[in-house]
Amino acid sequence: MSQAVGINFKKSSIDALIAGFMALVLFGPIVGVVLDGYGFNTEFVRVAWMVAAVAVGRFIMSSFFQTEKGIAMAFRYANNDEGVEVLKPGHKSKMVWIIPLVIAIGLLVPFIASKYVLTVVILGLIYVLLGLGLNIVVGLAGLLDLGFVGFYAIGAYGLALGYENLGLGFWSMLPIAALMAAVAGAILGFPVLRMHGDYLAIVTLGFGEIIRLILTNWASFTHGPNGVSAPLPTFFGLEFKRRSSDGQTFHEFFNIPYDSAYKYMFIYIVLFAVVWAVLFIKHRLVKMPIGRAWEALREDEIACRSLGLNHVLVKLSAFMLGASTGGLAGVFFATYQGFVNPSSFTFFESALILAIVVLGGMGSTLGVVIAAFCLTVLPEVLREFAEYRVLMFGILMVVMMIWKPRGIVRVTRTGFAARKGVVK
Amino acid sequence: MDIVLQQLVNGLTLGSVYGLIAIGYTMVYGIIGMINFAHGDVYMVSAYITAIALALLTFFGIESFPIILVGTLFLTVAVTGAYGWVIERIAYRPLRSSSRLSVLISAIGMSLILQNYVQLSQGANQQGVPTLLTGALRFHVGDGFVQITYMKLLILFISILGMGVLTYVIQKTKLGRMCRATQQDRKMASILGIDTDKVISTVFVIGAVMAALAGVLVTLDYGAFDFYVGFIIGIKAFTAAVLGGIGSLPGAMLGGLILGLSEALFAGLISSDYKDVFSFSLLVLILIIRPSGLLGKPEVEKV
Repeated sequence: MSQAVGINFKKSSIDALIAGFMALVLFGPIVGVVLDGYGFNTEFVRVAWMVAAVAVGRFIMSSFFQTEKGIAMAFRYANNDEGVEVLKPGHKSKMVWIIPLVIAIGLLVPFIASKYVLTVVILGLIYVLLGLGLNIVVGLAGLLDLGFVGFYAIGAYGLALGYENLGLGFWSMLPIAALMAAVAGAILGFPVLRMHGDYLAIVTLGFGEIIRLILTNWASFTHGPNGVSAPLPTFFGLEFKRRSSDGQTFHEFFNIPYDSAYKYMFIYIVLFAVVWAVLFIKHRLVKMPIGRAWEALREDEIACRSLGLNHVLVKLSAFMLGASTGGLAGVFFATYQGFVNPSSFTFFESALILAIVVLGGMGSTLGVVIAAFCLTVLPEVLREFAEYRVLMFGILMVVMMIWKPRGIVRVTRTGFAARKGVVK
Repeated sequence: MDIVLQQLVNGLTLGSVYGLIAIGYTMVYGIIGMINFAHGDVYMVSAYITAIALALLTFFGIESFPIILVGTLFLTVAVTGAYGWVIERIAYRPLRSSSRLSVLISAIGMSLILQNYVQLSQGANQQGVPTLLTGALRFHVGDGFVQITYMKLLILFISILGMGVLTYVIQKTKLGRMCRATQQDRKMASILGIDTDKVISTVFVIGAVMAALAGVLVTLDYGAFDFYVGFIIGIKAFTAAVLGGIGSLPGAMLGGLILGLSEALFAGLISSDYKDVFSFSLLVLILIIRPSGLLGKPEVEKV
């Protein structure tokens, strides 16, 4: 830290020149020469701008890291693995009122919002559910699951195909889909979880692709790329259609005019309740021995195994729980769209859910909820930047891993103290 | 019979391509223990650069096939190697001391960046290159015949040449000794005066160069490609690396050949719709049954 402070502009200029040259080599062919049939068009202005931006950026960065502030920052980056922040024993958050407030606002939304806003919010909540599920697997247990979309697909196709072949509706499929996804998670996870963490990432990636390829190719059962229609939920047996083939519909029973927004309102309320239930369960599990075991295993597997934890069962429980949450989200997605096809379950979807967890903070519930809404609602608002969405996710993942690997919202935990009356 | 032989020929060329790409996975895994998720997309970038180099060379009026081939190979290898170096520098080097999960997530981010960057600058449409080398050898077998195009022979020749040169470099040269030393024990190697950061960069460049060879050969043979080709071929090459034993160089080549041959036979004899499912299932099965692969050393984990 006792280096002489003073900016060496010669060094910065050389850094900038090298960066600019590399940028020219990289961007020159791909950005500058756009293929057009067997010929090409040139776009040299774009390249010049990009090269200039890189060189200037590198110059500023190089100079900044020579200043006192920059050196301090670089030093902080080198050891930024702070872990969980432990609060004082008996700490009471001042934000207790926020949960009832959010519930109250959440319950008001379907009655105030327009149908379009409601559909966007439902999509956001579905991703909250997916993010929470993956957060148990990646954030708490430290297992990288790249095929999470496979469980999502199992839930969604479970509803659609269960209705078509067995006549099962939304309410019976909701628990069955969660179970099915959990069983799939167990079958996939049990042999793999014994092995090294990185292999799990690739096996789950392969699993997600296998599911998608089977859905695409097994046309006699899944109707291939054409997709299958999924049923709407029913309100105590009343359907949300304009006309029902058997029995009464919702609006006839309550004697109100038909409105297509009713079904979204109902889906929203059910989904809202399920999200809160999952939040509650997760909140409790983290404080229970199993939740402690997940986090301990993430931090140091060897220490945990020496202390007698069965690492396979602990990991498997996290994996299955995450998978079943993914299955639940799939059922909601299918009923919300009214239709499912394999193109909704590509690897990109898995990457998006992973981006939610990474941005929100590994293991942080609040962070995941915020990140899920940001990453799903923002693209709806900023439609003109839609084509840059994937690029942004990619940059976000790299930058977050370098800058704040634990995510934006830090995980906090109340510390422990001996109970009153216990001899210290 | 002729179908089986024909598929064996196709599988051999496919397998040598998988082997070339698998080298990048296996060397990087051997040296820093990470799965370079963006490697498949480096291959994809090299396919684009191949087409761009071809278009440029044709534009400057060069028509002789050997010169075009050498020029394209040279340009593609150089630029793709630069991509390999920069990717390591930006996305992986700052994370050298972080957890494996962080590095893997960063690699996934890099893969998304490369895909979208190419899509944004080149457009989402499928691109193509003209067929330059035509003609084939034909052998009559029974009633039918087996055909080996000259392009397939060229693929075999160049991949064997590439693998041979690489084996020589790793086994006999000073650079190769430095790579092997860093692979065995990075800390010890750096104490003994090896610039391990430089060695790691070199390994990334070597991986990218091998992927670029594969990119040129497949693009010239197959003709069509888009910004998404890296994903599937990347997983398959990774399967090949795991099959042969990840971290082992001869293992990657062997794994590539086995995967290519079995996939071609599966596609020819059973179903070509499910050939990707077959490869992915093979990957899952190998990892479950024999995670150390055919030639790899079993990973000893002490508790």
